[in-house]
Amino acid sequence: MPTVSVKQELLFQALGRRYTDEEFDELCFEFGLELDEITSEKDIISKEQGDGKAEGASDIILYKIDVPANRYDLLCLEGLVRGLQVFKERIKAPRYKRIMPANGDVQRLIITEETAQVRPHAVAAVLRNITFSKDRYDSFIDLQEKLHQNICRKRALVAIGTHDLDTISGPFTYTARPPSEIRFKPLNQSKEYTASEILDLYRTDSQLKHYLHIIENKPLYPVIYDSNGVVLSMPPIINGDHTKISINTRNVFVECTATDITKAKIVLDILVTMFSEYCEKQFIPQILTLMSCFSETPSSLAKLLTRMCLKSHVTGNGNNIEIEIPPTRADIIHACDIIEDAAIAYGYNNIQMTIPKTYTIANQFPLNKLTELLRQDLAAAGFTEALTFALCSQEDIADKLGVDICSTKAVHIANPKTAEFQVARTSLLPGLLKTIAANKKMPLPLKLFEISDIVVKDSTKDVGARNQRNLCAIYYNKNPGFEFIHGLLDRVMQLLSVPPSKESGYLIKAAEDSAFFPGRCAEILAKGQSIGKLGVLHPDVITKFELTMPCSALEIKIEPFL
Amino acid sequence: QDVAQKYPEGRLLMLNYDPPVRSPQVIEAEQRSSKRWELTPEGQEIVQEGSHEARVFDSIPAEGLPQSELMKLPSGKVGFSKAMSNKWVRLDKNADGGPRIFRAVESVRDSVREKLQLVQQGEAESLEEKDRNELKKRKLLMEVVIKTYWIRKGSAFSTTVTKQETDLTPEMIASGSWRDLKFKAYNFAALGIMPESGHLHPLLKVRTQFRQIFLEMGFTEMPTNNFIESSFWNFDALFQPQQHPARDQHDTFFLQDPAEATDFPMDYLKRVKKIHSQGGYGSQGYKYDWKLAEARKNILRTHTTAVSARMLYRLAQQEKFAPAKYFSIDRVFRNETLDATHLAEFHQIEGVVADYGLTLGDLMGTLREFFTKLGISQLRFKPAYNPYTEPSMEVFSYHQGLQKWVEVGNSGVFRPEMLLPMGLPEGVSVIAWGLSLER
Repeated sequence: MPTVSVKQELLFQALGRRYTDEEFDELCFEFGLELDEITSEKDIISKEQGDGKAEGASDIILYKIDVPANRYDLLCLEGLVRGLQVFKERIKAPRYKRIMPANGDVQRLIITEETAQVRPHAVAAVLRNITFSKDRYDSFIDLQEKLHQNICRKRALVAIGTHDLDTISGPFTYTARPPSEIRFKPLNQSKEYTASEILDLYRTDSQLKHYLHIIENKPLYPVIYDSNGVVLSMPPIINGDHTKISINTRNVFVECTATDITKAKIVLDILVTMFSEYCEKQFIPQILTLMSCFSETPSSLAKLLTRMCLKSHVTGNGNNIEIEIPPTRADIIHACDIIEDAAIAYGYNNIQMTIPKTYTIANQFPLNKLTELLRQDLAAAGFTEALTFALCSQEDIADKLGVDICSTKAVHIANPKTAEFQVARTSLLPGLLKTIAANKKMPLPLKLFEISDIVVKDSTKDVGARNQRNLCAIYYNKNPGFEFIHGLLDRVMQLLSVPPSKESGYLIKAAEDSAFFPGRCAEILAKGQSIGKLGVLHPDVITKFELTMPCSALEIKIEPFL
Repeated sequence: QDVAQKYPEGRLLMLNYDPPVRSPQVIEAEQRSSKRWELTPEGQEIVQEGSHEARVFDSIPAEGLPQSELMKLPSGKVGFSKAMSNKWVRLDKNADGGPRIFRAVESVRDSVREKLQLVQQGEAESLEEKDRNELKKRKLLMEVVIKTYWIRKGSAFSTTVTKQETDLTPEMIASGSWRDLKFKAYNFAALGIMPESGHLHPLLKVRTQFRQIFLEMGFTEMPTNNFIESSFWNFDALFQPQQHPARDQHDTFFLQDPAEATDFPMDYLKRVKKIHSQGGYGSQGYKYDWKLAEARKNILRTHTTAVSARMLYRLAQQEKFAPAKYFSIDRVFRNETLDATHLAEFHQIEGVVADYGLTLGDLMGTLREFFTKLGISQLRFKPAYNPYTEPSMEVFSYHQGLQKWVEVGNSGVFRPEMLLPMGLPEGVSVIAWGLSLER
């Protein structure tokens, strides 16, 4: 969830009243926000860099509020306050209108076809006669950054540029040029650079270096000029110094360049509507008709929706409601979004709880039913259940067991964070051995079992892999205890009603396996196939898993017994 | 009366007498302890010879003594520093023949020796606590704990020793001799012998409980034995857009091998593509370019909701719609760095109800019944956001121990954009909720 940091004082001023921490927490709960933390700049620096660095930092109380990931209109103080005020019916939901400039000339942004190769779309707007204060200015910059991080996917999808309109003159051109032909003085720099130089300049910048890759290897870089050739910006990297805005700026030109036009429009709408407290823009009304689906009259429903900034009134024969969706609500794409807002305004905890009349007979998943039965009996037989990770390192299922990784038909992970998560396990044995290694101080004998899934590649499946339910047990003691493991197998077969007979039951045959001690390994045949192996583990395996005592093990698949 | 002095052998017997096994009928014994101050060997030596610093003082003649000589004396080192701090002696560093020590006062009072003498006479209490601690620090004094047993005759006191039997034997039963024998009392305060048993894993025991609860509520278990899932079923079918942060490299485990899924129900896939990119079924959609390559990418599933999607799709393919209640409890994977509150693998619990006309109130009612079976009755619901449910609710419960409301689960009504492309009838709603087993 994105977090917005607002000054408590400013928030209360804008809301028109003070709240105790508990009262505000409650308000957030009702509306769908979370008051995550109450802190101050000083606290933050103290936590991150120590008390020394925090000396002299601001003590002003900050509220850190978590907002839903799809509500871009709540990412700044202005939006939060507006939403809450309308919810509490202290102000009416604003209506955003586009107004024509005094002299009748509308600004134009011309997009040339070269941009199609690198960053095809752009939208723009003007905020006229805006008045900034330090706080409003900071909020304006912060909102751009928040949008960049969230919906813009770190500037890859959309990049925002804001410029002082009074320093430039339209019409504006959005085009793409070879890097060597672009030359301007970037924001806060003292001289001009070419585009390639600019990329080099910011290669070590902690903020901007992450965005260079978006255009770096393209033949043409995007750039916006005014009618005099002044560079406004080279999206998504940096604006020009010429057009930088300050607290004194009165008219702002906002441009959003993008690879996704829908998102560009949303971003522009948000930026402009949030700060149009200080100016205004028109929206496109969306008319949805809704039939009441909780027992509220259409008119009370309309009232509820209006509290959520969705201005509504009853129409037609009194059964329909017409709803205006403001540009701030890009999250409304279907009637169900409106229903949620109505429910929030009504108060989730005011809704009456009912039980569905759905009558169904329950069924267990047969494999799980079998697993549950076997688990109980294995514990009754004196073995202790373990729960181990399904992901492990390549060595765990290959080298440490004396086999080559290619022969394991294992599923490989592309982006593990550590070597411990390179592959999905093809056997439960490594997990149990690692469990013993972590419990060497426990009294012997150690008798563990696990009935759980392994993963193997399978080209007959739609995803190319499948799970297989295995049962694995190990006996770790001063003596290998093969007879105990063998006895456990006999017991399991007894529980599954499989007699020890070649024709109709199970049979144990000597076999070879690199994980087992030569001459002390056997294969188990049942249901017309090999279902697994048992034996004394090879000393190499024991030492590779950092163990010291002899150990015997059993691993079989249980799906054939369903 | 100090019996131990009169009968020293008895003292040994008492010491070896194991209190819990003691038969209360023959002798009753009560343990008491007291503390006493005593001199250490060094302390005793000082009482005899005088404190180190006094001896240093005494050994200095009128003309003084070279420091090197003084240090050779037995009390030299210790005594010298103490005598200096008491200002009994002074050091002249520049004297002829090396540093020389002189008496700084005419005579001294060996107060340390006096105090120790008091202790020896049993009058330690007359010293101030400060003094006692000071002497204890110098290891001249120690506190001794004396344990005494007060013994009394018990109700079955006798001077003859009778042997007591420990247990019944088959011979005693056969011959009836048990009637004439005395048996040792059992010590019920001791522990018995724990039976040798295996154990079930605690987390899996909780899983069994949840399974039971769902079955009691009429929910059928879904087949979730597939850790590997395609992005299509895990995300796209659930109306989660392709640029959503959760599909990032750092949140999801992507597969290297097998890297892509190959088989999809193509008609359905086309409808999913359309709803994402263009909208439909009353929705605007997300309006972006939906790519098949992205949907093909195999991952380790991030939620069991992917299985719910498969089940709902299968349900929708039936000739006639029949209401259904499904559940699952199985492993899911998130590409997180491990720490005290985050695992890369954990278990998700999920419940789903599909029927005509289900409402938010039905979801809340179902959740109330579900959580009541867990012993959680106080519930509150908070608006939340999931890409595939709308409305969405976080479920909170009051934790008595922590004295605050904590989140116990997430829930919602599946979006029409997810259900309608599957082919489920229009009036059918699907409510669902989930929580993690580990929590």
